[in-house]
Order: sequence, then structure tokens, then C-alpha cells
Amino acid sequence: MNNEIINEKARQIRVDIIKMLYLCQSGHPGSSLSCVEILMALYYKAAKVDATNPTMENRDRIVLSKGHACPALYAILADKGYFSREDLWRLRQIDSHLQGHPDMKKTPGIDVSSGSLGQGASIAVGLALAAKHKKADYKVYVIIGDGEVQEGIVWEAAMAAVHYKLDNLIVLLDYNGLQIDGSNDQVMSIGDIMAKYRTFGFECIKVNGHDINAITEAINIPVAGKPKFICCETVKGKGISFMENHFEWHGRVINTNEYNVALKELGVMTNV
Amino acid sequence: MSESKSLRVAYGEALAELGAKNDKIVVMDADLSHATMTSIFAAKYPDRFYNFGLAEVNMMGAAAGFAHSGLIPFASTFAIFGTGRAYEQIRNSISYVNANVKFGLSHSGLSVGEDGGSHQSIEDIALMRVLPGMTIFVPCDPIETKKAVFAACEINGPVYIRVARPVVETITREETPFIPGKANIMKDGSDICIMAIGLMLTEALKAADILATEGIHTSVVNFHTIKPFDTECVLKMAEQCGAVVTVEEHSIIGGLGSAVAEVLAGNSCAKFMRVGIQDKFGKSGKPADLFAAYGLTAENIAAQCKFLIK
Ligand SMILES: Cc1ncc(C[n+]2csc(CCOP(=O)(O)OP(=O)(O)O)c2C)c(N)n1
Ligand SMILES: [Mg+2]
Repeated sequence: MNNEIINEKARQIRVDIIKMLYLCQSGHPGSSLSCVEILMALYYKAAKVDATNPTMENRDRIVLSKGHACPALYAILADKGYFSREDLWRLRQIDSHLQGHPDMKKTPGIDVSSGSLGQGASIAVGLALAAKHKKADYKVYVIIGDGEVQEGIVWEAAMAAVHYKLDNLIVLLDYNGLQIDGSNDQVMSIGDIMAKYRTFGFECIKVNGHDINAITEAINIPVAGKPKFICCETVKGKGISFMENHFEWHGRVINTNEYNVALKELGVMTNV
Repeated sequence: MSESKSLRVAYGEALAELGAKNDKIVVMDADLSHATMTSIFAAKYPDRFYNFGLAEVNMMGAAAGFAHSGLIPFASTFAIFGTGRAYEQIRNSISYVNANVKFGLSHSGLSVGEDGGSHQSIEDIALMRVLPGMTIFVPCDPIETKKAVFAACEINGPVYIRVARPVVETITREETPFIPGKANIMKDGSDICIMAIGLMLTEALKAADILATEGIHTSVVNFHTIKPFDTECVLKMAEQCGAVVTVEEHSIIGGLGSAVAEVLAGNSCAKFMRVGIQDKFGKSGKPADLFAAYGLTAENIAAQCKFLIK
């Protein structure tokens, strides 16, 4: 997929995210827009997945541990054909398979349910360790947030990943600097996150988290005998001027005026 | 028209008011202060507010440390993470040593709505009820929420205040007594007694109105304190009405329904039924749609009452 096509896809995914969240009048715009390219690098480039066979035994596993950003994931899964794009417009409604947080029992293509932050990190360790145990060669990707790393379990998972030499595990950090109550530094500073993961024993790489090619390259750098940590520098609310870098947009409802402005910024004319 | 406000806003306002009266009060949160509404306290007393970030386990442990140092910490997050992830801290660091920690945990029950089953705590009362020495308040409206906060401060030991997310109408009055461990009879009838907690009281009162149109005289009792439990009131109402229905925005296992069943077993021949979440998880949807889907509506409560006494 060349750059032009991929950029156009990223734009379309953002349009879908805004539309989904406007329609359900809830959910997390800033968080979803932040990780679009990280998820795209996985689903369109790096990961071995097949929409026609979502439970393929040897597929790579993808865990969106920061599950509140699932609108981005749903838009991508719909685009890839895991389910109908029409389903997106019923996000968070009663009896929709698209839950407020990813649900592996309801939605095709979701490998792991998430939403309670931190838990995905250790589930991913289990998946990666199981792959080693079974002598299977698939990889496990887990996307975590920079507020999420404040959870102790994230560090228990990191310790185990290094202890078991999980070189089939890749942790991708959506490093947007913000959480709900403010910036990481205002709420609970996470310090030098690269140094922390390096000290734990990870191979650490820092990339522009909105550059799909850079993320893909980092994923593809071969590493043996230890897990990989990719610090993806991102902008929360990326793509919508009034959402970018505003922690208030973590989980704010989009009103009609904001909806129209947002879509216009994404090159779509509306008249809601 | 009665005033409407969310329980969580009432909680935040009550903390701020209590803070003015008692300088030992400190408030802790885990990156949800604008959802639990401890932000109201934080704005007024920034020096007595501690954000622990996404680290509920550490927050609960630190709350014990505050309490051991003579302070009165109110620790807040969502009910699912507070009672769930940090459960063993609540058990061993706090409850086991009767540490003077208060938990104001919001977003309880299905009324969390669209966030879905991972965020809807329907087992928190069960978890907290089995801990010796724990006090549990489930306020039904903003006025009662404030009373629960003030009452919690008077108790020496752990207190759980179960707070809900939505805006609700006020159904009690300023002068209504709030005595920990003493249920309030909101409506007195002789045919059947609905025992309810939290947001379900509104539905229970409406159910009583529906039943009244059919000549059925219904009692409605507010068990705002789940622990210590008003066993006397349960037995009195069971005797008076001969039929009891419990209603809660919680699993029918381990919550109000179980507490009443434990009292009735061996002590009463009253007919008994539990309305609540029938051993299932929640899911995404608007709160009203979820209440309808899980049978937590006045119509269903009335129907179950009729079924029980027919
Ligand atoms: C265990 C747990 N505690 C609290 C929450 C509520 N919550 C949802 S998102 C969030 C902030 C997450 O911040 P971050 O990890 O930085 O994510 P992002 O900025 O990418 O949205 C919080 C506190 C949760 N989902 N899980
Ligand atoms: Mg963040």
C-alpha cells in the first residue's frame, strides 16, 4: 500500500471514528484519534491477520489494552471486512455487537476483551508465552496508554516478558502525554518511560506515532531473546484541531456544531 | 418538581462541605476526579487532594497509610476498579485492621450505560458485604448521598458509599432521618413489601403506584444501609405483608436480595422474590434501555409483585 492510499485510509478511518462517536453521544474521541496510525501499521502492514479467517490459529494476536480507543479499531476492522461498515453506526447501542470496550465474545477480529486498563499487558504476556510453549511462531502486539502504565500490573507484565525472553511480544505505547485528569506529569508522572523499559530489559525504540512506515519499520527490526518496546509519540485528538492536545477531549461528547467542524477539517461536507 | 442532580455531583459537593468542617479529611482519586466529582473538593482544597493516577491498588494501600496517621481519607474511583482491582488491599490493609478509610465509588450498576459490561459493577455489594466491620451505604438520591458522606465521617472504620452516575430526581427530604443501619419505610401498605436500594427506589415507588391502581397496597422500604443490616425491619415487614420483593441494580447473588434471604430463611414464611441482575454481566446501551432489558423497571417490578401474591 503506497503512502497516498494509506493517508487516504487514515483520513477515512478518522471520519468513521467521528461519525460513530457523534451518533452514540458518548465514547472517547481523543484517545481513538491518537492511535489510528499505530493500529493501521499493525492491520495494514506488519501483522499477519486475515479478515476472512479471524480465528486462524497462526495469526498474530493484537491486544488493544487501552480498550477505550476501540472506535479506531472497529473502523479498521470494518474496513478490512471483519464485519459490515453499517455496524459502526450502532456503536454502544443496546444489542450492538460493538461494545463500549472491546469484547472478544461479541465482535469478530477482537482477540482479547479489554477496558480495565493494565490487564491487556499481562494477557499479552500469556498469549506470547503460550505461543512459545506451543512452539508456534506468531507474534503478539499490545497497545497501551501512557496513563495506563501507571498501573502496577503493567510492570509485573514487563518483568515476566523479560524473564521469559518473549521476543515474540511487542509493546506499543501510545505516548500522547495526556490522560483524563490532565497531563501525565500533572496526574502521576511516569518519568523517563524509555529508560524504565530499557532497565527492565526491553529493546526500546522511539518513533513518530503518526508515521505508519516508521512504526512498521520499528516493528520489523529483528530482536532475539527479549521483548520489544516501541514508544510511539502521538498527539491526543490527532487530526481535529480543537481536540489536539486537549485532555478534555479524552471522553467528551461531540455536539452537532463540533461534528460539522470536525468533518469539514477531514474534508467532508455535512449538513446535520 | 423535585430537584434533579446526579449522586456523584452530590458526593463531590458533600465532600467539599465536609472538608470545611473537618480538616482531617483528605480526598484521593485515580485519574477519574471529573467523573467521581472529587474535582469539586479538589478545586476548593487542592492541598488536601491527592491524585494517584491509574493506580487503584496503590491508592487503597496509601489510604490505609493516611488512616494510620490520623487522617480521614475518602478514596474514589469507579466501583468496578475500587472494589475489584484493589479488593485485597481493602480486605487486608484496610478492613482487617479496621482502618478508618472511606470509599466513595461511583459508576456502580448498569446505569453506567454505554461504557458496557467491563465498567458496570454488579458485584461490588457482594464483595464488600462479606468483609467483617465494613459499613455499606447505598444512597438513593442526592440528599441521601450527602447524608451518607457525613454519616461515614462519624463512623470509626471502613465505609463504602455506592454512588451512581446518572442524574436522578430527589425522592427523600432534607428532614428524612438517615440513621446508619436503620431502614426507612417510604410507603406503608399491607399486601406486599418492596425492599429496594439506590436508583431502584424510584422504580419501586412507581411500581407501588401501578399496583395501587389495581387495589394492591404496597409497602416500599429504603435499605440505604446494607451493612449493618436492619434485620428487624425485614422481619416486621415480612410479617405485616406476607410477601417480599427485593429490587437492586446489582446481581441477585450477594446483594440486598441475599441479605434479605439470609434474614428470612428459618425466620419467616413470607413469600419472597428477588428482582435484580439475574447472574449475568451487563452490556453497552443507554441506561433506560438496559433497565428495560434487565427487568429493572416499575412495570416489571409490579408484574413480579402480582405474580408473587396471585
Ligand atoms: C483500571 C482502570 N482504571 C481506570 C479506568 C478509567 N480510565 C479510562 S481511560 C483512562 C485514562 C487513560 O489514559 P491513557 O492510558 O493515557 O490513555 P489515552 O491517553 O491514550 O486515552 C482512565 C483513567 C480504566 N478504564 N481502567
Ligand atoms: Mg495518554
